Amino acid sequence: MTPSFVHPYIPNSSPDAKSAMLAATGAESVDDFFVDVPDALRLRKVLELPSALVTEQELAEHVEGILSRNRPVRAGSSFLGAGTYRHYVPAVVDEIINRSEFLTAYAGEPYEDHGRFQALFEFQSLMAELLAMDVVTVPTYDGYQAAATALSMAGRATGRRRVVVVSDILPDKLSRVTDFVRLNLDLVMVPTANGTADCDAAAALIDEHTAAVWIETPSCTGALETQVAQLAGQTHAFGGLLVVGVDPVGLGVLAPPAQFGADIVCGDIQSLGLRAWFGGAHGGFIAVHDDPRLVMELPNRLFGLATTDVEGEYGFGDVAYERTSFAVREEGKEWVGTAAALWGIAAAVHLTLMGPQGMAELGETLLSRTAYAMRVLSAIDGCAISDSAVHLREFVLDVKDSGVTTAHIIDQLRRSGIEPGVAISDTQLLVCVTELNSQRDIDHLASEIAAAVGKDKA
Amino acid sequence: MTTFGLVVNPVAGVGGAAGLKGSDGRGVQSFARRRGGHERASERAQIALSVIASTYPGATVLTAAGVMGEEAVRGAGLEPVVVYRPGRETSGEDSTAAANAIVAQGVGLLLFAGGDGTARDVSAAMLDESLVLGIPAGVKMYSSCFAVSPAAAGAAVVQWLKGSTSTLEAEVLDVDETQVRSGRVDPRLYALVSIPHGGGRTQARKSAAPDTERMAVRNAAVGVVERMDPQGNYLLGPGGTMAKVAELLGVACTPLGVDVVRDGRVVLEDASERELIELLQSDRETSGHAIVSVIGGQGFLLGRGNQQLSAEVVKLLGSPPLIAVATEQKLIELRGRPLLVDTGDLNVDARLSGFVEVVTGPRASSFYPVKAPELEGKL
Amino acid sequence: MTLPVAPKPALRRFHQARWDEPIVFELSAGGERGVLVSRSEPGILEVVGDVVAALPEGLRRTARLALPELGQMRALKHFLRLSQETLGADLNVDVGQGTCTMKYSPKINDALIRTNALTALHPLQAEDGVQGALEIIWRTERMLAEISGMDRVSLQCSGGSAAIWTNIAMIRAYHAAAGEDVVRDEVITTIFSHPSNAAAAKAAGYRVITIYPDADGYPDIDAYRAALSPRTAALMITNPEDTGIYNGRIAEFVQLAHDVGALAAYDQANANGILGITRARDAGFDVCHFNLHKTFSTPHACGGPGGGANAVSERLAPFLPGPVVEREGDRYYLDADRPQSIGKVAPFYGPIPNIVRAYAWIMALGAEGLREAAEIAVLNNNYLMKLILDIPGASAPYAQGRRRIEQVRYSWQELYEETGLSSEEIGVRASDFGLHYWTSHHPFVVPQPFTLEPTESYSKAELDEYAGVLAAIAQEARENPEVVRSAPHNQTVHRIHHDDFDDPKRWATSWRAYRRKYFSEAAGG
Repeated sequence: MTPSFVHPYIPNSSPDAKSAMLAATGAESVDDFFVDVPDALRLRKVLELPSALVTEQELAEHVEGILSRNRPVRAGSSFLGAGTYRHYVPAVVDEIINRSEFLTAYAGEPYEDHGRFQALFEFQSLMAELLAMDVVTVPTYDGYQAAATALSMAGRATGRRRVVVVSDILPDKLSRVTDFVRLNLDLVMVPTANGTADCDAAAALIDEHTAAVWIETPSCTGALETQVAQLAGQTHAFGGLLVVGVDPVGLGVLAPPAQFGADIVCGDIQSLGLRAWFGGAHGGFIAVHDDPRLVMELPNRLFGLATTDVEGEYGFGDVAYERTSFAVREEGKEWVGTAAALWGIAAAVHLTLMGPQGMAELGETLLSRTAYAMRVLSAIDGCAISDSAVHLREFVLDVKDSGVTTAHIIDQLRRSGIEPGVAISDTQLLVCVTELNSQRDIDHLASEIAAAVGKDKA
Repeated sequence: MTTFGLVVNPVAGVGGAAGLKGSDGRGVQSFARRRGGHERASERAQIALSVIASTYPGATVLTAAGVMGEEAVRGAGLEPVVVYRPGRETSGEDSTAAANAIVAQGVGLLLFAGGDGTARDVSAAMLDESLVLGIPAGVKMYSSCFAVSPAAAGAAVVQWLKGSTSTLEAEVLDVDETQVRSGRVDPRLYALVSIPHGGGRTQARKSAAPDTERMAVRNAAVGVVERMDPQGNYLLGPGGTMAKVAELLGVACTPLGVDVVRDGRVVLEDASERELIELLQSDRETSGHAIVSVIGGQGFLLGRGNQQLSAEVVKLLGSPPLIAVATEQKLIELRGRPLLVDTGDLNVDARLSGFVEVVTGPRASSFYPVKAPELEGKL
Repeated sequence: MTLPVAPKPALRRFHQARWDEPIVFELSAGGERGVLVSRSEPGILEVVGDVVAALPEGLRRTARLALPELGQMRALKHFLRLSQETLGADLNVDVGQGTCTMKYSPKINDALIRTNALTALHPLQAEDGVQGALEIIWRTERMLAEISGMDRVSLQCSGGSAAIWTNIAMIRAYHAAAGEDVVRDEVITTIFSHPSNAAAAKAAGYRVITIYPDADGYPDIDAYRAALSPRTAALMITNPEDTGIYNGRIAEFVQLAHDVGALAAYDQANANGILGITRARDAGFDVCHFNLHKTFSTPHACGGPGGGANAVSERLAPFLPGPVVEREGDRYYLDADRPQSIGKVAPFYGPIPNIVRAYAWIMALGAEGLREAAEIAVLNNNYLMKLILDIPGASAPYAQGRRRIEQVRYSWQELYEETGLSSEEIGVRASDFGLHYWTSHHPFVVPQPFTLEPTESYSKAELDEYAGVLAAIAQEARENPEVVRSAPHNQTVHRIHHDDFDDPKRWATSWRAYRRKYFSEAAGG
């Protein structure tokens, strides 16, 4: 079959090239190359696909037409989080990750792709500062996978099965983790008290069978855990490992979990220079201390510095190259594949631009705007905050005394172009505030919610 | 410092060109020369040394005088340091003595040119921690301590001189040539040596499999241990993989012999065929299994280097009689050829033929074809 | 010298960018700012006060955060330089990374996704505001179903290996639903299938049995029969395998699996040679997956994000990851009410930038164009094979004299035996001519391997250039081996020393670890 066009993506579809190459191979036709595909398996029809849009202009018009049906909510009017967050992304980040060299390189080889190794080593190093841990891997797929892998590592390193979960975990993340670890680990949930870990209840479950205690801070309701040190003590007393999920966005002002005894820290880098992308742009990180026991359990690529034949030149390569083979238990072994390297470079550029001052200011802005939103929303009659924990970016607004459901509120506010949050039940609304929501936006949200519940601000 | 050792067996390979099965012994060598055979070890050593000289023109080579190395070193333009002088006619003892003299100087790697007989003589020296590597120049080449070609041997030395520390265990197998010449092949395992291995300048990615052969050997051994039932007698055959199994079990083993392990303890050490038969007969309640690895390049599971595991012994084993173990790389290197058994008893060979499950790692195995060459011949 | 300029020499006189760029921390200048951040308004601060000072003990960061401080242009310059020190597929004849299908990733597709209509879209927005995204997902799923012959598709996975995991997770759920998950504890694969199949099966709890090729390079069907049993949960196989050899008995392999009650999973990460030629369903497979970043042109991005599409037959459809996109009339909606689903395999609905790119790529080609892409990829491959096999020292083990599909696993073994130069050394030298070189993973299924996959994207002249470079290096290997052995010569950096990577006392996994270990600097906390 010869198509009716010479396609710009397929240079050798030109008749001249085709015949010259066929002649060189001694083949009569392209069909000769498929002799090993039995007749019975040959597709004898043309695939039923939409007609080709062979000119760029037709293609663009078509795709833009479909995408125009998307109506992103204005940044300041969106209070949606629940795993994907809207933060400001500096233009320099886009400039770098849209470079052909980074965008189209394969996974990268030392020498020809030196810059890619250095950029990812810098990602590891910048994250290492933020987390106060010496070892951070290049990104895995997303924060879900990072948590699943971190817990699996704890299982392998301890030879134990039980994971005591002491924070509120995003349900989708818990679904992913549960399916991934079901063979090797049992998750035991400890209900939180006032938004954070119930240490007494947890203590009753932590024993010599505990592989890990899993904290998330902020939790999926944005609550910050204040008892990391205490939980670390309880866990370590029985030889278990403390796994802490964290969103690095707050670490300019918040203490890194390693300071209080975390053994493995994991999370998502979406908040560090990645846009919302309909939830389709995430990258996970896993961090440990510079201790071979846990470094050897990391299944991900991990780059290190090296010397070269020339003085003053930095070389890079994979650290502890045989480490996956050292896994204590084979069944925990994972794979290494195409994951999220470019997003790691985005995060590296982002952290470089932000610097210590930028991260501190961002953390402060997030904390203060979150606190402000909690204050003004809970001032609405019938609305309350579900706990008294300190929150970063997200909190749960309880509307059960307002007489309306969260669905009603969302429906009403959408009419004004506002996404007020994610309904996690009929009475609970998960509200997310970032630096993109100004005081005016928050005040507007409050007045609209107040209107939706039929009452004015007290 | 760029220093290594070299021993050349000057008569290696002479028998091959003369149509003989080896070159061991003076009578054979002079017979071979009369039939037109000529020595090739020195030329092949020179090829390997030239590769080294192109990267390390100043390398120092500790070697033996004259044809035993000095000439090849000079031929490649390198500087020999002669530390051993043989008599007028060299013999296998000279190879051993030269190797001893070189290693005594603290050399970390000893290159030798020859065949299985030379490998056996060199490995009889006090090698301690030193690595050895064979430049293939002999007639018999059952041992796995040879590079694939002289140039490849030179390249491996270059990598080692550049600091590569990766090593592999290799077997030294040798046949009694008088038997080969009269039609019987009965190679024995004489030694296990360490050879330099790999050490490239890039690292592979995206691999779920072990990244090096050394780790693959360990994984395969872990897979074997995982399958051992405390209620069984396990006859551990010879070889490096079995040594790893013993290490994982925490028992001492006889690298070149057969040990019997039960419930983590050695119940019989370096057993003879007779002792194995006696044990298996006296303990009929306990199921016996032989754990065997692939020995040498031809793919033999039984009948080469582990003759203690005879037909009579196999008859007394439970089901399955054999637990085969190999790394994926070892199976790949068979290039589609079957594994082989040759117990000397056609009925036993027939019973072992077909497919065997080969353990390659924890919860990992392969089904691989097994054939009995003797049986093929008879059908 | 005066005009005219002499003609270009046969070999490109390439040199990679060499900026001698410091690590970003070394560029830090105290007080410089790369970007300023939105601060809370006085009205907010009046209400909430100093929130940082008010943090409970144990929440507030006390130690200095030792990130570097760079002005915006210096930060930009640093990372631009690093990008220049990276060889993208857009810049070279990227046929050296066989199995990975380094095809052209059209620029129009990058332009199409860089729209606020995608980047600013939150996954939990009202459904009527995300209709475009849902429609693209729905349409792409339907097109991939047609291309594979399967019934349903999920685009949730963000990589190929994740999609392999999803294949086996669905199979595990299928057997569990039938009450057979305990007895079915074995998965069979082949040594030429991607190692992630074995790894994912093991991670899912299975014993893995690997089948080796027979002397012709096809998976040994008798060994496979011997391995099948009521314990078999699945066959996980690639075809054509990494050798580029198509296994003509593939339907028989699938049937034999079905005969013992097992399912068959097809690793079609790379389906580039058989688009529109033959389909997974036609060989009887129950599930297959495609990598959007191979066959469907999305860029490799230095190692991701990629995209994985899982396509299943009706009987596995209930187990697909959720939620799935459904259509009613003109409206698209998400269906999360799927009790047998294996649940989430990634956040939300999949790597949307790459889903849109893949959609646009398929739309730019249509049915005819997809088939043309496959046919030209195969023509390019067989043409390149002719050129490579003309190089003394190169060979293509297995299936001698037969045609190959989209790639060939070659061997430099003959050259290695002659010169002692390994495939790896030849490859690194190739980078000196501005070409991406190959890496191969253990075990080496052919000795001294190199796998070339020209895809449909490269012109005849480019394939000639690539083969010409390899021929020149093979000649160098014989005539001037040291120039090959001491390569690279024209790269950003010189030969890297591996000595420090494997020793816990010496490895340096981050700048702070390096400073602590080698300069005794106390790290910030």
